[in-house]
Amino acid sequence: MTTTIADLLVGEKGIIEDIPFDSVPLKLLEMGCLPGKEVELLQIAPFKDPLYIKVNGSHLAIRKETAVLIKITKIKNLCDILKS
Amino acid sequence: MRHTEVIKVALVGNPNTGKSSLFNQLTGLNQKVSNYPGVTVEKKTGVVKLTDTVTAKIVDLPGTYSINPSSLDENIVLQTFLGVEEKEYPDVVIVVADVENLKRNLYLFSQIKDLEIPAILVVNMADVMQKKGITLDIELLKKELKSEVLLISARKKLGIEEVKNAIIHYEKVDKVAIANIAERINAEFFKKLKDNFQNTALYKSWLLVTQHHNLPNLDRNLKQQIENFKVDPSTLKKMQNRETILRYQYINGILKKAYITDVNAATGLRFKLDRLLTHKFFGYVIFASILLLIFQSIFDWAGLPMELIDTTFAQFSSWTKDQLPTGVFTNLLAEGIIPGIGGIVIFIPQIAILFLFIAILEETGYMSRVVFLMDKIMRRFGMSGKSVIPLISGTACAIPAIMAARNIGGWKERLITILVTPFTTCSARLPVYTIIIALIIPDRRLLGIFNLQGLTLMALYLLGFTSAIISGLLLNHILKVKKKNFFVIEMPNYKLPSVKNVLFTVIDKTKAFVFGAGKIILAISIVLWFLASNGPSSYKNSAEIIAIEYADQNLSKEKLDQYIATYKLEHSYIGIAGKAIEPAIKPLGYDWKIGIALISSFAAREVFISTLATIYSVEDNTNTATIKQRMGAELNKETGAKRFNFPVGMSLLIFYVFAMQCMGTLAIVKRETNSWKWPLLQLFGMTALAYIASLLTFTILS
Repeated sequence: MTTTIADLLVGEKGIIEDIPFDSVPLKLLEMGCLPGKEVELLQIAPFKDPLYIKVNGSHLAIRKETAVLIKITKIKNLCDILKS
Repeated sequence: MRHTEVIKVALVGNPNTGKSSLFNQLTGLNQKVSNYPGVTVEKKTGVVKLTDTVTAKIVDLPGTYSINPSSLDENIVLQTFLGVEEKEYPDVVIVVADVENLKRNLYLFSQIKDLEIPAILVVNMADVMQKKGITLDIELLKKELKSEVLLISARKKLGIEEVKNAIIHYEKVDKVAIANIAERINAEFFKKLKDNFQNTALYKSWLLVTQHHNLPNLDRNLKQQIENFKVDPSTLKKMQNRETILRYQYINGILKKAYITDVNAATGLRFKLDRLLTHKFFGYVIFASILLLIFQSIFDWAGLPMELIDTTFAQFSSWTKDQLPTGVFTNLLAEGIIPGIGGIVIFIPQIAILFLFIAILEETGYMSRVVFLMDKIMRRFGMSGKSVIPLISGTACAIPAIMAARNIGGWKERLITILVTPFTTCSARLPVYTIIIALIIPDRRLLGIFNLQGLTLMALYLLGFTSAIISGLLLNHILKVKKKNFFVIEMPNYKLPSVKNVLFTVIDKTKAFVFGAGKIILAISIVLWFLASNGPSSYKNSAEIIAIEYADQNLSKEKLDQYIATYKLEHSYIGIAGKAIEPAIKPLGYDWKIGIALISSFAAREVFISTLATIYSVEDNTNTATIKQRMGAELNKETGAKRFNFPVGMSLLIFYVFAMQCMGTLAIVKRETNSWKWPLLQLFGMTALAYIASLLTFTILS
């Protein structure tokens, strides 16, 4: 199963692997949300949507329907590595 | 006369970079707001004297992240560089960037620079650099970007002189493209593009091909040339995406060398504030409290100035009538123009207060959090989190509110917001509500605490808001508009609002209302005045007709004048119209006099009251009674009971909750949606709803 921005927990980070350019607003790409960039989920709005992310130094809110389109690999943080 | 040189400067930048602060610092009060031709986007220009012989004319363009527009406002930036005539084209562009997010700001800068126009990069908020652990190599940036680069702090007024100086010497700035990514996007395509559009900067040709649908004013030959240069849209889209990636690669390459940030200096305050303000419980509590504060202030602070404006204009009108010789012109002035202007000015206090709050909320960065908090809820009703701002503004006046809907990217969400906003209780309904409530609801307290009249007013507000929400829900299901998701918002850092920026916004918005909506309201007032003071032959001969009719009764002069006045009103065009609709409105409990007032109130709803006042004052010779007393004394000729009894009053209140009684709003909706379909839908849909609801109310209550 592929992981997307929508699968991140608050505080978790990931590296963007793939973005379906045709289905996301150009504006999002122009804000620097591009493959290879690190993305952090800062907060989730009440009712689980939209998502508040930090990517390429920008703080953005995007809808879940957009977030599920953006494939990522999670970056494991120190605690996870220590636990495993 | 000495010859002065005028340098045309365009100011562009991302939102929240302090672009407006710089504009305000540079131009001070020497600014004016006008509209871009054909669209209602505000154009802010200012003049600054640089030396004895050189002045700069600065245009503050709408904030944008890219030259590729995603809203009407942003489209202006594209048009400034591609769609305007030679004489409007800027000599030099100042790109304002936020030092904290230089990467994204450079994206826009590199696009502008590639247009091959002199560009100055102004890096703002230099004062926070140390706190945020940022170091920036300005000299290296200058070299890499082949441009002038300045470090300033608009808020602390640092570096403003340097900006002025750079404008004076703009001709020294290189006019070359910098990103040079065309080859890597698609060498073959760009070669063809270059050959097809000779003597045009390559990036300009690229924008012409990709954005020509956003450039309606292009020259016909050029349009043909673009048509001939056929490219498959999906290939274009792919190349556009590739451009974005390559552009960022180019920028990253530069910043790696010139920009160092110490990650450990990250801010804790932002995180804590975000936590609180978007909290699933406290977030809403805080938002609700702020709303309550806004409404409370609108009523508390605006009441006195509004009353003052009302009486001033009434006195001025009667004073004019006394001073000037009687005649058509005097009547036009005293009964048409002066009350018409008064009808606009009276809204200024409420609108100014409302925009004061909205400007503060936007300046601090809080508004984005509200959008974030409300988006999911609003989407259920076919709207976006961004619809909250128009809906709040609608409580002052639907006209600026509908214009504020422009920031909503998705067309369907924007359309629904525009369509439902007129349901929110605007301040023009308030005088109608207050006077009718005072007539029909007893001034008593419920359970010793709640004032019955106040409760009724609140219920009407809630009813308006609920209808907006429910219509949104219905429209969301009915409207078959292709849905495309454009929702990306920036969550800016929190900052204290600058007094100057807030005040300028309030002045701008108020002016925009007065001159935009005001024109329409005034024009309609004059038309209605004409209809009320003219009529067919029976109107013109009213004096004789009355004289003959009452010849045997030996009436006093005053009594006779009064009969003539009543007769005149009844036989004026508007009286005829009022009588014509009487059969239709009788089931709602209204007579032709109320019919006249209903028609007149298309200028603005509050005109309902002043029209009734005119009608009843014509029949009343004491002339001292207030409008409320006159309305209270009016009898129903058929039943002999009071005209404004409980069922009629309630029916009128309900009518005003739903009816689209505002030509100004209809005109704005036409402009914003660029079609008659939507304003007509509003007019007929809302009027039908109002009719049915009032009919039910009247039938049930009587």
